[in-house]
Amino acid sequence: MAPVAPRSGDAIFANVERVNAELFTLTYGAIVRQLLTDLEEVEEVNKQLDEMGYNIGVRLIDEFLAKSNVSRCVDFKETAEVIAKVGFKMFLGITATVTNWDADGTSCSLVLEDNPLVDFVELPDTCQGLYYCNILSGVIRGGLEMVSMKTEVTWLRDMLRGDDAYELQVKLLKQVPEEYPYKDDE
Amino acid sequence: MGREVAESCIDSLLTEMVSSYCNHFYANKPELAARRIEAIGYQVGHQLSERYTMERPRFSDHLEAIKFICKDFWSELFKKQIDNLKTNHRGTFVLQDNRFRWLSRMSPEPSLENVDSQDPSENKAAQATSMHLYFPCGIIRGALSNLGIPCAVSADISNLPACEYI
Repeated sequence: MAPVAPRSGDAIFANVERVNAELFTLTYGAIVRQLLTDLEEVEEVNKQLDEMGYNIGVRLIDEFLAKSNVSRCVDFKETAEVIAKVGFKMFLGITATVTNWDADGTSCSLVLEDNPLVDFVELPDTCQGLYYCNILSGVIRGGLEMVSMKTEVTWLRDMLRGDDAYELQVKLLKQVPEEYPYKDDE
Repeated sequence: MGREVAESCIDSLLTEMVSSYCNHFYANKPELAARRIEAIGYQVGHQLSERYTMERPRFSDHLEAIKFICKDFWSELFKKQIDNLKTNHRGTFVLQDNRFRWLSRMSPEPSLENVDSQDPSENKAAQATSMHLYFPCGIIRGALSNLGIPCAVSADISNLPACEYI
């Protein structure tokens, strides 16, 4: 059986069930607002968003792999490209660009010009220090961990804080090879 | 209506939200978790109805507002309208959706009427489902209160995936 070619992000996005982005944006906004009320500390909220993102990423990767038919990525560079072009596209309808590779190819930046999470959002002065989109960093971290890559994801630029784009730094910490659950007795 | 995102995004977000509030924040206090989830829904409903009624004139009476919720509002959110609307003409409306999207992936419970069930796992599953429903109840309540109709909304799921809002 011939292997199925990986589909482009646009093609997948056109085929998945889609919903009104406003519902998504407003729901996310309401969740962040409620978390701020309940947790009060901005750092706690950041952490919680990252946790939630991680849990989502761990499950989302299955859907991603199933729908996109990408084969195993050869290296981290390819992984980053796939996340930027296919991953973001098929879920959020946006594409990111990959830049700022470091010398050994273990760290790069994903730059987003457009972000549906933040439509109509403004951060009040009381929320300095809040990484509003922190759920995204958790999602990437969770998804990559499920494909055996331990990463650290941090925000370098955030439009809600006055920068001109959203920039996420993804650093590969460790590539954990897949272990078979069965030990060889021999 | 403009931009779209994949449905799995909102599904995952909602599932994660309910799970965080139920298991993480208010692990043993389901009523508090429920209230928070409903509050989040209220916010969303309030803002959405604001946006969707910007160009319209005010609704003449409660029935018009409820019909708006059943048709336009529900279509915007779930791409379909409410299937059935009943009223007792004394302030109670029942909105029935026979294939509620957010529940369509939850397995039907064998018997929800049996509240004396000794089996804890069955209760937990039913409880998780009802937790999820606080969110759409909140949305409806938020939307209606923005239209000037204070109300209480509860959900009934005796036949999944159908869902009734009262």
